[in-house]
Amino acid sequence: MAGPSTIEAPVTTEWTSTDEANDLDIPWIVLVWNDPVNLMTYVTFVFQKLFGYNKEKATSLMLDVHEKGRAVVSTGSREKAELDVARLHAYGLWATMQQDR
Amino acid sequence: MLERVKRTRRGDFKLVLTTDEREVLGGLPLQLRSLLAEGSSADPAHARLFPAALLDDPAKSQAFAELVHDDLLRQRLEALDTFERTLSQSRLSEDELLAWLGVLNDLRLVLGVRLDLTEETTDGDFADGSEERGLFSLYRFLSFLVNQMVAALSA
Repeated sequence: MAGPSTIEAPVTTEWTSTDEANDLDIPWIVLVWNDPVNLMTYVTFVFQKLFGYNKEKATSLMLDVHEKGRAVVSTGSREKAELDVARLHAYGLWATMQQDR
Repeated sequence: MLERVKRTRRGDFKLVLTTDEREVLGGLPLQLRSLLAEGSSADPAHARLFPAALLDDPAKSQAFAELVHDDLLRQRLEALDTFERTLSQSRLSEDELLAWLGVLNDLRLVLGVRLDLTEETTDGDFADGSEERGLFSLYRFLSFLVNQMVAALSA
């Protein structure tokens, strides 16, 4: 903690490395991975609830997860990806994010 | 088969469970609560509830965890509170039912880790009368309820 008489510039925590700062315009993707526990009906329901996908789209994504092992469920900025991953984790889905290189 | 969860015309949900079933469900929050409170990332069940957000990047995953862990934990604890508070009710609001769904699915995830379940696991994989066999029966009951809840919420 700084003392009362010291005024310091706020410290910025570097989350991205310099290399990636050059890749800021590369969108992020959110992946959901297959797991043996989450039910197919449940996963479809979560995709509809979180992303507003209709039943067909949500079911198709769920089947991709089930049969191919993973599916991209959303794309966008890093902030959007972080939010989506957190919401998927809240529902117990195994979600990760990465830049779509 | 009897519908256990049904959306009513009023927009809430009717929940049909026996006294024995409610008693079994009532015993579960304690274990989940202690796992959430004491769990460390070294515990695979805890790690399943709070998975890494970036593959092969522990530093960024850690930064993400620091950002969201408290919120995710709070949401889970609030869902547990709602579940316990409404355990004896025969009708649930949509928000209450969603809390139940979250708690029961979290319990399934924890059991899945503890029992090392795959999609092919059956009763026959566990010895008759073993504790694991009992937990697997519980897991299947929770799966049944989750399916019923999702069907009612989607109806």
